Amino acid sequence: MIVTITLNGKKIQRDIAPDTVLLDFVRNEGCKSVKRGCDTSNCGLCTVFIDDKPALSCSVLAMRADGRKVTTLEGLQTEAEEFGAFLADQGAEQCGFCNPGLIMNAIALFRENPEPNENEIKEFLAGNLCRCSGYEGQMRAILNFIEWRKQR
Amino acid sequence: MTKIVNKPVRKKDSMQLVTGQPVYTDDLAPSDALIVKLLRSPHASAWVKNINTTIAKKVPDIEAIYTWEDVDQNSRRFTCAGQTYPEPSPYDRLIIDRRVRFVGDTVAIVAGKTEKAVDKALSLIKVEYEVYEPVLDFRSALDNETLVHPEENWESLCPVGADNKRNLCAHDECGEGDIDKVLSECDVIIEHTYHTKACQQSMMEPFATYCSIDAYGRLNVLSSTQIVFHCRRIIANALGISKTQVRVSKPRIGGGFGAKQTSVSEIYPAFVTWKTKKPSKIVFSRRECMIASTPRHEMEVHVKLGATKEGIIKGIDLYTLSNTGAYGEHGPTTVGLSGHKSIPLYGKAEAFRFTSDVVYTNIMSAGAYRGYGATQGLFAVESAVNELASKLNMDPITLREMNIIHEGDIMPAYYGQENTSCTLDRCLAKVREMSDWDNKYPARDMGNGKIRSIGMGMAMQGSAISNCDVGGATIKADETGFYTLIIGAADMGTGCDTILAQIAAEVLECPFENITVHGADTDASPYDSGSYASSTTYLTGKAVETCALKLRAQICKLGAKLLGCTTTEVEFNGKEVYKTNGDNASVSLMDVVTASMCGNRIALEVTETHTSPLSPPPFMVGAAEIEVDTLTGEVEVLNYYAAVDCGTPINPNLARVQAEGGILQGIGMALSENITYNEKGKVYENSFMQYKIPSRMDIGKIHIAFEASHEKAGPFGAKSIGEVVINTPLSAIADAIHNAVGKRFYELPITPEQIAMAKK
Repeated sequence: MIVTITLNGKKIQRDIAPDTVLLDFVRNEGCKSVKRGCDTSNCGLCTVFIDDKPALSCSVLAMRADGRKVTTLEGLQTEAEEFGAFLADQGAEQCGFCNPGLIMNAIALFRENPEPNENEIKEFLAGNLCRCSGYEGQMRAILNFIEWRKQR
Repeated sequence: MTKIVNKPVRKKDSMQLVTGQPVYTDDLAPSDALIVKLLRSPHASAWVKNINTTIAKKVPDIEAIYTWEDVDQNSRRFTCAGQTYPEPSPYDRLIIDRRVRFVGDTVAIVAGKTEKAVDKALSLIKVEYEVYEPVLDFRSALDNETLVHPEENWESLCPVGADNKRNLCAHDECGEGDIDKVLSECDVIIEHTYHTKACQQSMMEPFATYCSIDAYGRLNVLSSTQIVFHCRRIIANALGISKTQVRVSKPRIGGGFGAKQTSVSEIYPAFVTWKTKKPSKIVFSRRECMIASTPRHEMEVHVKLGATKEGIIKGIDLYTLSNTGAYGEHGPTTVGLSGHKSIPLYGKAEAFRFTSDVVYTNIMSAGAYRGYGATQGLFAVESAVNELASKLNMDPITLREMNIIHEGDIMPAYYGQENTSCTLDRCLAKVREMSDWDNKYPARDMGNGKIRSIGMGMAMQGSAISNCDVGGATIKADETGFYTLIIGAADMGTGCDTILAQIAAEVLECPFENITVHGADTDASPYDSGSYASSTTYLTGKAVETCALKLRAQICKLGAKLLGCTTTEVEFNGKEVYKTNGDNASVSLMDVVTASMCGNRIALEVTETHTSPLSPPPFMVGAAEIEVDTLTGEVEVLNYYAAVDCGTPINPNLARVQAEGGILQGIGMALSENITYNEKGKVYENSFMQYKIPSRMDIGKIHIAFEASHEKAGPFGAKSIGEVVINTPLSAIADAIHNAVGKRFYELPITPEQIAMAKK
C-alpha cells in the first residue's frame, strides 16, 4: 500500500506492506536514532512524534502515520544538542542507547510544561527505561537545563 | 595537582550519543545483510531425533538453514565465556548440539534476505524430539542420575574440580586456621542459608552482531562485545578455523554489565557468513535476551559466623552452591568471589573456611554480571553480620567499626594479599553522618500505617584479575601534534575511552581534546583482556600512563637529535622539547613530529602492556532508608546513601554515575528482579513486563560520597569502580525491611506479598 508521510519535514511516498511497523519504517528511511529495546512497548527507546505528540513507534503501524507528520531525533538536532549537552555534563548519557527516546520525550515534556517539578518530570518520563544511570544524573541534567533556560 | 585527571570532563562520544547518531552494531550493518535467527528448543532436555527443513528451505528469500547435521558432533567443544586461555570455564558447547539442554537452546540457524521469510521458515521446520527428564532443581543436581553433559568430548582445561559425570562444573575448598575450633569457642553463632536468584543484566541494547568477508577472505565480525580478543578465539574455536582468519571489532556498545563478556550472539552469524561468504547479522529480541542469554549465577550461600559477646567476629565458614545452568560459562570463577570478596572484610577473624560446588542444570546458562559472585556472597555475609548486631543489641555500623579490615592488613581469604589502600573506616563514618543514621536507626512508625527504617551493608570487589588480566595501550604522535590512543579495552558506555584519554593527556601535558581514541579492534589494538573484572581503569589505565611516559622519552630523543644534543640535556613540557641549560634552544612538538616523517628511525609510537600481581579492592558502605507500607507490604526506597573508596576517581562525574547506576541495579535485585521457571523449565519472566527493572518512579534519591584512598599501583592512585557499586543494596535493604517489620528474609527478591504475609 502507498503511504505519504512527512518525515522530519520531508514529504515521502512509499509502497509498504500493511503490517510494517513505524519503528522499522523510520529506521529503513535512515532514522537510526530510533531504537528497539523491548518487544512489549515498555522501554521507551523507540519514541517518535506523530503530529508532534510522542508515541511508541514499535506499537504503531506505519500506515497509521499516512498523511501525518513523523519526527525523530534526526529532525530535532538543535534541540537534541541543546538539551543533550546537559546530559553530557553529568556523564549521564552513559551507553547512549536509551538517549534518543529519552530526549524525544524530554523535549515533549518541555514543550508541554516548560518548568516541571521533579515529580512531574519523573511521571512524564516514567516510561523511559535506563539501565546505566540510575536516573539520578538524568534528573540533574533536566533540572540544570530548566534552570539554564529560565536564565536565558 | 593534576590538570585533567580527577576532573569531570565530558565523555568523548557524548554529543554523538545524545544526538542519536548511528554508532551501534545494528545501525552500521548494511541493509543487504542476511537476517539470522535461531530455532530454539521448547524442551529443557531432549534429543533431536529428526529435523526436517525441506519445506522451510522452499520459502522464497531463504538463503540457508543449518541444523546439528551441519556441525560435526565429535568436534572439539568450546566455551563462550570471555576469559584468558586456558579458560576455567569448561569446553561444553557445540554451535548446534543434537542434545538440547534448556528451553531456548539452539536447534537450527536460519538465514534469509528478509525477516518475514526467516520467521516463516522458522515456523516450517519440523522437529521430532526424544524428551528427557530435566534436572531443574540445583540442590539435587550434584550426582543426580540424570546428566546434563554425558558426552565424552566434554572437556575441562583447568584444575577447577569439574566432573561432567557428576553434573559438577567446579568444586573448591580453602581456608586458614582451625575454623571448627574457633567457632566452637564463640559466644554467638549466626547460621543461615541465603538464596539469590539469577538476574538479567538488562542492558538496553540487545545482543547484536554483524559479519562479513573482507578483501583478504577473512571473517570480519562487528559486535556489541566487551571482549574483542577473547571473542576472536571463541569464534575460531566454534567454527574450527584459524584465529588469523577472524577479525573482531566493536562499535559503540549499548551497555554490557558482563552480559557481553560472553559470546552470546557472535557464533551464529559468524557460522552463516563463513559458510555462505555473504554478510549477515543477528539482533536478539528482548525475549531472547531474557530466555537464552547469560544472567547472574543463582546461588545458595550457607554462612556460619561466630563472634564474642562483645561483638568481635572470630570466624566465618561459608559454603556456596552455584547454579551454572546448561553450560559452564563463568561457573568455576564467579563462585570464588562469593567467599574471597566477602570474608576479607572482617580483619579480626582468626579462621575461615570456604567450600563451593558449581552444578549443571537444565536452565539457561549463567554468566558474568557486574559483581560476579561477590554480590551473592556479600548479601549472605553482610546479612549475617546485621543479624549478629541485632542479636547483640549493637549498632551495625559500630559493630563494623570494631571488626573491619584496615590499610596495611593482610587478607588471608584474599589470597594472602596486603590491603594496600583502604578507607573503609572513613566510608563507615561518612555514611553514618550523611544518612543521619543515629537519628534514623532502626525505625520510626509514621503513624499512618507506614514505617520508615534504615539498614546498611558493606562491600568490596577487586581491580582486575591478579597475574592474569593484561591491559594494553598504543599511543602515537600525529602530524599536528595530536595523539592517537589505541586500546583493546571496550567502552560499553562506562566512558573508558574518556578516562584513558584523560590519563594520556595528563602525562603528555596536552589538552584533553588532543587525544583521539580508537578501539577496540583485534587487527589494530594492542592485546588487552577486555573490559571486565573491574580491570580497565586500574590495568589499562596504568598501561596508558606508562605508555605516555615512554612516548615522552621518544619525543625527547628525537627532539634532542634535532637540537644537536643528548637526551639528558633536554626536557619536554607538552608543547616543545627544550634544552635545560638555559640557552633557550627548543623545538616544537609539531616540528618534532614532522621531522619523524622524514629520514627518521626514532618511532613516535609506543605500545605498553601491563599486568598486576595485586588486585586492590575498592570498598564501599551503603545505607538504605526505606518506607514500608504495613498494609500492602510495599517498599519505597526513599534515600540511598553510599560512600565509595575507588581510589582516585579519574573522572568524578563518570564515577558518580557508575555508583548511582550500580546501586539502582542492586535495589532491583533486592526488591523486584527475579527469574523463575515452570515445572518444565520454561522461564516465566521473558519480557520487561514480567522482569521488573527499576524505573525512575522506583527510587527516591541516591546520595554518593567519595572517600578516596590512594592506590600506589594504580594510575594516579585509582582502583576500580564498576562492580563494587552493585553490592551494598541487597543486605542494606533486607536489614531495613527487618527493622521495619521484624522479620528477616534470606531469599531475594523480597516482594510486597512476602512482607505483607510476614506481618504478625
